[in-house]
Amino acid sequence: MLKYKGSSKLLLQPTSTDQVSQILQYCNSRCLTVVPQGGNTGLVGGSVPVFDEVIVSLSLMNKIISFDKVSGILICEAGCILENIMSFLDNEGFIMPLDLGAKGSCQIGGNVSTNAGGLRLLRYGSLHGNVLGVEAVLADGTVLDMLKTLRKDNTGYDLKHLFIGSEGSLGIVTKVSILTPPKLSSVNTAFLACKDYSSCQKLLQEAKWKLGEILSAFEFLDGQSMDLVLNHLDGARNPLSSMHDFYVLIETTGSDESSDKQKLEAFLLGSMENELISDGVLAQDINQASSFWHLREGISEALVRTGAVYKYDLSIPVEHLYNLVEEMRSRLGDTANVIAFGHLGDGNLHLNISAPQYDDKILSQIEPFVYEWTSKHRGSVSAEHGLGLMKANEIFYSKSRETVQVMASIKNLLDPNHILNPYKVLPHSFIS
Amino acid sequence: MKIMVAIKRVVDYAVKIRVKPDKTGVVTENVKMSMNPFCEIALEEALRMRESGFASEVVAVTMGPSQSVDTLRTGLAMGADRGIHVEFASSLYPLSVAKILKKLVQIEKPHLLILGKQAIDDDCNQTGQMTAGLLNWPQGTFASKVVLDKEKQIATVDREVDDGIETVRLNLPAVITTDLRLNQPRYATLPNIMKAKSKPIKKFTPEELNVEIKSDMEIVQVTEPPKRKAGVILSSVDELIDKLKHEANVI
Repeated sequence: MLKYKGSSKLLLQPTSTDQVSQILQYCNSRCLTVVPQGGNTGLVGGSVPVFDEVIVSLSLMNKIISFDKVSGILICEAGCILENIMSFLDNEGFIMPLDLGAKGSCQIGGNVSTNAGGLRLLRYGSLHGNVLGVEAVLADGTVLDMLKTLRKDNTGYDLKHLFIGSEGSLGIVTKVSILTPPKLSSVNTAFLACKDYSSCQKLLQEAKWKLGEILSAFEFLDGQSMDLVLNHLDGARNPLSSMHDFYVLIETTGSDESSDKQKLEAFLLGSMENELISDGVLAQDINQASSFWHLREGISEALVRTGAVYKYDLSIPVEHLYNLVEEMRSRLGDTANVIAFGHLGDGNLHLNISAPQYDDKILSQIEPFVYEWTSKHRGSVSAEHGLGLMKANEIFYSKSRETVQVMASIKNLLDPNHILNPYKVLPHSFIS
Repeated sequence: MKIMVAIKRVVDYAVKIRVKPDKTGVVTENVKMSMNPFCEIALEEALRMRESGFASEVVAVTMGPSQSVDTLRTGLAMGADRGIHVEFASSLYPLSVAKILKKLVQIEKPHLLILGKQAIDDDCNQTGQMTAGLLNWPQGTFASKVVLDKEKQIATVDREVDDGIETVRLNLPAVITTDLRLNQPRYATLPNIMKAKSKPIKKFTPEELNVEIKSDMEIVQVTEPPKRKAGVILSSVDELIDKLKHEANVI
């Protein structure tokens, strides 16, 4: 992205929890700051050493420890690359409850630490539900073994949740146990065009009713996103014969190919008659389904090829979500290209503003407007990317002072010397 | 002019194939089945011929168990006008398929029979050739380009052969089998999926067509290819030379 340039003199690659513990113990005693790093695919600078932090990379802790076929519970080390876990599970007949564009390099420890969302959240829920246990090392080297494999465990405070989504600011996640769903054989994918945003919204409502338990993804992209991928992404091909203002990708996952397909076709044809869909195609094989996903997942890659990108990852009630995009377009006029896509099913908008180069004038048109707007509509300024370096100071747009105060107390308790991932997550002024 | 296209239901090309533990074949339960990619190309070519006015009707034919109708519906949703399903529950080998196709050609009297060059499941690459032989029709196999002359009733076919491209001219009626680079098949659009539901599918059994299904071939065993050994990262050029000398024995 060329947005963050790290600076560090030392990278450590521990191979065991014990080594991570020793590293932190030493760093804590000398007040050396540390940045934990997984696949370094984050979008908010959470894994970037800002000044001189010691990088602790989990890459060599990449072993799968155990998998229980009966319960579907996987235990592995934090450095396992998501895609490698996926192919391991595939052989066992299971899938990961999360999937995202960066799967080829991102690591599970990073996914858990940032509470990554992604493409399957609509169906399987967030990592707060799917992660059954973690092993984490605190700033002083204490190893917290919370590596349970229980779905139910109401004994005291459920501390593992502190490490899911705290972006390495409270401890380093070294092992995780995750509940994985079975791989169902019947997956169907449709790529649809809608004439306006309100149709996309109604289609989502209808999909929840009519597809119910088989609905596994509901993604949207606007005409500008489609234009971008078709022009800047290798192998992108418009599955529809003409251009439209909005596109929706629907995926169903179930256990019975013929009944699932029947259900989906009935839903699609009904929606076409009701004019919620203006055109659409239904993948006839896996290859066609991947080519639809390629369009949706390839937007970020295509964006990088067009110059500078300002990325915003916002949770906004679905009803208002696209108003922000339109307001942003009228603010920026011709100076930048505003493109919008995201996980409509989760009310998660990825607002991207692309310009030939980074320009303070453009930035001042975007921020703080985008945050203020989101806050006004009771949205979140970070839906799934986290706060990292980019948005540490923006936390108040989504969280009250009192809430952040409690977060700061927890930070001070678990990491009194503030050695873990400094300048990230919480406003620096607030904790020191 | 009428075009007949043969299509086959196979394990989806993106599925990781698993061999059955008893080595009698590959696992197909709970596995995604789709139209053979070469058949998709064959159908696409026929549809383009119809759209450019060379043909007035495209008939899609498939053979196999009742689920093969799904594949036929896909063909109809892509644009074929009607379908023929020859129902047969167990394996069919190329010669049997060719005999059935011959009978269907005699019933339907198409001017052109287009097939994929091979199916990705058994990789036989024989059906097109055998059918042409039984019908005594000319054949243009591995087509990467087809040009039709409606007046002269001639098809000019570019064939992908080892030395490059061979161009042959065939008098119609003829058999054409398609290679990968002939075209890029279309998607099934919702309006076409809707239309496909009311398109007719005629059913036959091999007995009704007077074809006796038998095979002189027997599958003895199906096994997975040997696993490739993982590569190793060497630390120095000296180590590489040592390995090339003493382990690979190539220098």
